[in-house]
Amino acid sequence: MLPIEAEALSYAAGGVAILQDVSLRIEAGPPLLILGPNGAGKSVLLRLLHGLLRPGRGRITPEAPTRGAMVFQRPVLLRRSVGANIRYPLALAGLPWAERRRRAAAALEEVGLAALADRPARRLSGGEQQRLALARAAALAPPVLFLDEPCASLDPAATRAVEEIIAGIAARGTKIVMTTHDLGQARRLAGEVVFLHRGRVVEAGPARPFFNGPASAEAAAFLQGDLLW
Amino acid sequence: MDVQDLGSAFVAAMALVRHGDPDMLAILGLSLRVSLAALGIAALVGLPLGALLAVARFPGRRAVVVALNALMGLPPVVAGLMIYLLLSRSGPLGAWGLLFTPQAMVIAQAVLITPILAALSRQVLEALWEEYAETLRSFGAGPWRAVPTLLWDGRFALLTVLLAGFGRASAEVGAVILVGGNIEGATRTMTTAIALETSKGDLPLALALGLVLMVIVLGVNALAQLLRDAALRRAG
Ligand SMILES: Nc1ncnc2c1ncn2[C@@H]1O[C@H](COP(=O)(O)OP(=O)(O)O)[C@@H](O)[C@H]1O
Ligand SMILES: [Mg+2]
Repeated sequence: MLPIEAEALSYAAGGVAILQDVSLRIEAGPPLLILGPNGAGKSVLLRLLHGLLRPGRGRITPEAPTRGAMVFQRPVLLRRSVGANIRYPLALAGLPWAERRRRAAAALEEVGLAALADRPARRLSGGEQQRLALARAAALAPPVLFLDEPCASLDPAATRAVEEIIAGIAARGTKIVMTTHDLGQARRLAGEVVFLHRGRVVEAGPARPFFNGPASAEAAAFLQGDLLW
Repeated sequence: MDVQDLGSAFVAAMALVRHGDPDMLAILGLSLRVSLAALGIAALVGLPLGALLAVARFPGRRAVVVALNALMGLPPVVAGLMIYLLLSRSGPLGAWGLLFTPQAMVIAQAVLITPILAALSRQVLEALWEEYAETLRSFGAGPWRAVPTLLWDGRFALLTVLLAGFGRASAEVGAVILVGGNIEGATRTMTTAIALETSKGDLPLALALGLVLMVIVLGVNALAQLLRDAALRRAG
């Protein structure tokens, strides 16, 4: 699956350009953070990369119905138990029954939800739901995992828990591609950064130089908290 | 017809129930068997049809949905008449010899409520599909694979749909009286018995049967809702 190569992507909805001429390369390695103000096009870009949207222009290789797995900004949990939520995509992936149970148990253990396996998923707290959504995607052992604001609306403790889980998934060799509006979190997790502004890539590269001294005025303003959209 | 009639109807109803009047029990049993069988058949056809319609996108889909919604209002007598013509000795299915049998009544009720189950489940499952579509696609499940998922995850809402179908089937008289013939000991149901007693002028007995029917239907509904609520609490 890796590297994923996006070349000159454009995407428009209702006659409005949302992404223009976006190129980027996703390679094995530490997490890639897609940063940018609200409405920059981060969620749309993740959907394009995962394969849920088709670009209007440009192309993404390898071509596939979907690439990797994704956790949405507002994850949809199935009206089933916690354990059944994890086993569902594993069944779709064609894994045998015993393997599904084994992976589900391991995934729930990893995110600290093993004791809640038989609970209805939709009754979990916000933080638990987010961890379940992560476990559900991670159990697929995808080569690349797209995470859209995985900690939006979580309190600091829940955010820390989710960050640790993400780091764990990355350490097992899954490439993380995620968005966040939390710059502290971006600094903690990022190995590389793509900075989007108004649907265009303004900067892309290793995280350390980006945070220490961004090359563009927009990124500098964004890191100061002065770039609102 | 006055308050006294109502009072004596109530007394008569109690007596029917207390003595376990065998004729009435037979009629009640047949009514329930026919309506449950019709519900089963209609569910096998109507629920998957509703689910398919909820996820499928094809030209003319809107028209199918409108037609299905219109079929919900199919007058029972008209449905009964059509099935009568099909099953009558000179009709295309006359050789089956089903006219004036309980099976004919099952067919009539199933035909009546299949559109109801399909239309209502389409509504319920379309909302669920809207919520699930992106997630299921992300897992690699297209619309076809989503059908069993939606049927399962929508099971609590679908129970309400089934109850609506059962209520309509068990309350129905126009179709079953045409294709069943209201034959004593063979095809007499609660509703056709009520119609008969009313036309004979035995209002207390008609009312008594009506009360029993109401209690049974309400009881089935209450039981189903209780089961649903209990299951919902456990499964979310
Ligand atoms: N399906 C859509 N139709 C129309 N506009 C959309 C659609 N999806 C997103 N947009 C618009 O595209 C822009 C980028 O959206 P998004 O990718 O969600 O931004 P963000 O960077 O905050 O995640 C926003 O202005 C949003 O309103
Ligand atoms: Mg977004």
